[in-house]
Amino acid sequence: MKRYYEVRLSGAGGQGLGLAGKVFSEAAILADYNVCQTQSYGPEARGGSSRTDIIISKKEILFPNCRNLDILLAMNQESADKFSRDVVEDGIILVDSTFVNQLPEGRVYAYPLTKRSTEEFGTPMPANIMALGMLAALARLFSIDIWVKAISMSVPKRFLEMNLRAFEIGHREGREILHVEEGRAPLAYDRKQPVPKVLKDQG
Amino acid sequence: MSVPWGETRLVQGNEAVAYGALAAGIGFFAGYPITPSTEIAEVLARYMPIMGKKWIQMEDEIASISALIGARIAGCKSMTATSGPGFSLMQEGFGYACMTEVPLVLVNVMRGGPSTGLPTQVSQGDVMQARWGTHGDHPVIALAPAGVKECFELTIRAFNLSEIFRTPVILLPDEILGHMRERMTFPEEEEVEVVEMPVPDVPVEWYEHYHDSANNVSPMATFGSGYRFHVTGLMHDAQGFPTRKKEEVNAKMARLKQKITRRLKELEDVRMHNMEDCSVVVFAYGSVYRSALAAQAILKKRKKKIGIFRPVTLWPFPDRTVKENLDSKDVIIVPELNQGQMIHEVERMTKDTVRVIPLHRVDGYEITPEQIVDAVMEVI
Repeated sequence: MKRYYEVRLSGAGGQGLGLAGKVFSEAAILADYNVCQTQSYGPEARGGSSRTDIIISKKEILFPNCRNLDILLAMNQESADKFSRDVVEDGIILVDSTFVNQLPEGRVYAYPLTKRSTEEFGTPMPANIMALGMLAALARLFSIDIWVKAISMSVPKRFLEMNLRAFEIGHREGREILHVEEGRAPLAYDRKQPVPKVLKDQG
Repeated sequence: MSVPWGETRLVQGNEAVAYGALAAGIGFFAGYPITPSTEIAEVLARYMPIMGKKWIQMEDEIASISALIGARIAGCKSMTATSGPGFSLMQEGFGYACMTEVPLVLVNVMRGGPSTGLPTQVSQGDVMQARWGTHGDHPVIALAPAGVKECFELTIRAFNLSEIFRTPVILLPDEILGHMRERMTFPEEEEVEVVEMPVPDVPVEWYEHYHDSANNVSPMATFGSGYRFHVTGLMHDAQGFPTRKKEEVNAKMARLKQKITRRLKELEDVRMHNMEDCSVVVFAYGSVYRSALAAQAILKKRKKKIGIFRPVTLWPFPDRTVKENLDSKDVIIVPELNQGQMIHEVERMTKDTVRVIPLHRVDGYEITPEQIVDAVMEVI
């Protein structure tokens, strides 16, 4: 991992980006990074645009907002259009293709997070955590047990199991993408591949 | 266990204010939730009732601050938290607390105004309102944090100052700080100094509620402690009863002023960076201070030097320190999230030959380091 990351999680209000940002920040602290997370949202409770900026660094963080993104999650078309130009050259963009059909330029990964979440769990709720799972795999961020701990710290108990499963799905799909991208044989795509031990214990 | 002493964790600015209040021994909170200050009330609502302390959601902000005054006179350290619109309503009670010399802490997490304005976005538009918002001639103490840890520390300091000076104190974070989460290490409980106002020890019949003691601050009796006194917003004598006598009015007004002005040293809190051998200084406070620090780092890479001057205690304004340190400079840039408020104080304290340049932003977003860099590059 690098010593400094700028991450933006963006989409519509109500997609759980604030919570995802909190999980990300908790994970960064567990991995002994300094963290600064800011939020930006409109006065609406749902809808409108919402984003959270996270800077993680081994050094002191001065200005709290992102300017050159290493990682961007865009969960709707508007934020994909608006923020993709802030991403650095080799930065990662993950879009939720349930809502984003015009892909921005750059190193873009598209996955129907919300659709998959609805299929698996009957609710779009854990799409945010699924996205974190994918980002964790794609950007090779933190170890799995750190993520599990961070999720357990931030998510209400009754939704914990669902969110951990969502994270696992995201992480596996992310690894799958990387395997294909890096020219290795794809993992067996039967959804029966070994689950990491920490996830099993928690589940 | 309420305050996570000694722990390192992810903390939000508003949360840190709430923990600071608990650390300072808050006994009473009354408030009316308003973005972006709501989390302060939320966190306190979680802890205070189980600690046996009073937490009330009032019908509005005027009632909130009035309840605070009553609670403090009854002996409970009290605090409320609000934002722009609520701060306007609280001016009434704030003035009453100034006049009756009741210590309390008023947190105003600044958001875009005027009126309902930009509820979820940042501003520093209430800096002058903090100074002159309530009517009448009165001193004010206001502190502006610039990070989550400072939200914690300055809340404790606000409580302490209010107890030391027997006056209401304003804490002025802004929306960025309130909603920002940072890694923070809490101090150990023993490291935190908490001040309690002395209680009177004179015989009941000798007690004067507004006794003119050496440092202009007299011990305050609480209701129910056996001491007799009267509390009114009308101009009053030493016992607290209304008066129109010239000498008593003058004495009261002088005391209100002098209890602050005679002890400016204790109140002053200024951070200066790299002030020697530079001709350009950025004067910044609150969250903008961090933009200034980031700008300084960018300019250092370009081999350009700037100084940074940051008042932590905004009011009383550090007149003398500003004069001593900024009067010899060529250019002072004052970035603010308003259309120019503290800049007038800087201008007041520097001679005409110093160029004081404003840098405003009022669209609800923070001033970026690049904006400050650009402003510096124009003059350097």
